Amino acid sequence: MLTIQNLHAGIEGKKILNGINLHIKAGEVHAIMGPNGSGKSTLASVLAGRSDYEVLEGSVEFLGKNLLDLSPEHRAAEGLFLAFQYPVEIPGLNSVNFIKTAVNEIRKYRGEDPLDAVTFLKRMKEKMALVNIEQTLLSRSLNEGFSGGEKKRNEVFQMAMLEPKLAILDETDSGLDIDAIRIVSNGVNKLRRKDNAILVVTHYQRLLDYIVPDFVHVLYNGRIVKSGPKELALELEERGYDFIKNENTVEVA
Amino acid sequence: MNTIAYFKERFDQFQPSEDHGGLDKIREQAFTAFSNMGIPGTKHEEWKYTRVAGLFNKEFQLPADPLTGTITKGQQIEHPLYIYHVTDARSVNILSQPRSLMIVNEQAQVQVVESYSTLGNNESFTNQVMEIIVENAARLEYYKIQNDGSNTNQVSTTHIRQVGKSFTHTVTISLNGGLVRNNLNVILDAKNCEAHLYGLYFQSGQSHIDNHTIVDNIKPNCLSNELYKGILSDSATGVFNGKIFVRQAAQKTNAYQSNKNILLSDSSSVNTKPQLEIFADDVKCTHGCTVGRLNEEGLFYLQSRGISEKTARNLLLSAYASDILEQIKPEALKLYVEKLINHRLEKDLS
Repeated sequence: MLTIQNLHAGIEGKKILNGINLHIKAGEVHAIMGPNGSGKSTLASVLAGRSDYEVLEGSVEFLGKNLLDLSPEHRAAEGLFLAFQYPVEIPGLNSVNFIKTAVNEIRKYRGEDPLDAVTFLKRMKEKMALVNIEQTLLSRSLNEGFSGGEKKRNEVFQMAMLEPKLAILDETDSGLDIDAIRIVSNGVNKLRRKDNAILVVTHYQRLLDYIVPDFVHVLYNGRIVKSGPKELALELEERGYDFIKNENTVEVA
Repeated sequence: MNTIAYFKERFDQFQPSEDHGGLDKIREQAFTAFSNMGIPGTKHEEWKYTRVAGLFNKEFQLPADPLTGTITKGQQIEHPLYIYHVTDARSVNILSQPRSLMIVNEQAQVQVVESYSTLGNNESFTNQVMEIIVENAARLEYYKIQNDGSNTNQVSTTHIRQVGKSFTHTVTISLNGGLVRNNLNVILDAKNCEAHLYGLYFQSGQSHIDNHTIVDNIKPNCLSNELYKGILSDSATGVFNGKIFVRQAAQKTNAYQSNKNILLSDSSSVNTKPQLEIFADDVKCTHGCTVGRLNEEGLFYLQSRGISEKTARNLLLSAYASDILEQIKPEALKLYVEKLINHRLEKDLS
């Protein structure tokens, strides 16, 4: 589904990713872990197409297309979704109108007719129940005045509505208490299918207790320095990131 | 012929032959004051950014008609009172000077809507004065909708004097025009008055919008709240100048003012100047202004959900304008203005 080869990227002349290689197949859950500043959020941003990041080298293929050639909206329409670490508050933009516009713009891109009001509403109610989000929240302006947990639940609701092939969860657990993490994770787990994949970007292991990955990759200095099964996350939790740093210092030396 | 002499000649034509119980004298005095001051140039502090003198390089024809109206005691007008200003500039340049007086009597309630249309492609200049007296327990909603062509120019002055405990709510929507200058003066001349001033300007091309507002707190315990928001694209220019006076007697005044601007292009600009002059010591006043670009982070957020850049921009700008549009209470008028704005977004930003 997603093949990243030798990806180098940076922002404002500062190089952050130094040759990422990653292969994700349908049905898999991958976790990217790493200390602060290792390039986790940069990777998520580059994949979603944030314009202030610059790709210097390498390629990203998504469902047979060159992802880096596509605008952010076309990446979304092709089936990529980024759950933001800090979802943006937009006063004056109604949450329901927003998601309806998004659903129909993606349908338009795919050559499908817009959903009629009844079908849209039915689908919305269904997904709201699935990810445990209330109508009162969605009748407000997009994310305006939402708590941290509400914002993340809204991200998962949008993910449910847009039915992406690959969802990237960028530090979805940041700022959440354990109850909120559980609710958000349950929502994500209900959206797992054989034909989609999830890339979880996280600093802490605790989110992976709820969204259990098939593979764990450790990012350090803009490169994946270690990959392994889910147990690798537990090892990191126990030993901290220092052993990765030390190992790599030795390697470089 | 210089401008003053030009006006003098036309002024004399309008002076009636018989006496009008002292009115003629007032008119004479007013004309003398005008002769002494002249058309304000850019060295005049209040007109620094709005070059109104340049408009008088052309010949204008000058029709005139005053309008007066009284909303009588306790009268509550169910439907908005709609004042259309139609200028016929099909054959010549037109200068019109509509002068109106409205008195909203005790306990009366009224919604007033003013809009402006010009026929033809000649130049028009409307120099309007609307004076409104609002008495005790009265309520005024006043909406000004400016959406005329680029050949039209306007200096539109609205004096509101609240002479009894009363409520006023004004919304000024400026979507187009050549040169538009609005002077909105609200004088709070009674205890416990409340005044709300809202404005939205969305200008493109070469248009120029200038909103000068004054809230003058003369008596104690009044509340005023002011929010003006602007969107400027192409080479459009904007001015906001908001003054709040709190006179010595006006203790316990609450006065809030804010002006926000979004510049969509490098060649658009805005000059914004909030001003407070406070002579009382027990007051709450805030003021502030911002000038910025469209929220890039918001734009990316919307695009990352599959929304095209153009639609995302339109959604963000509509969202930005929405808190002013919410202040338009007559539903039909609100829908109409929303439609005008959406049409502009479609047309301008494609």
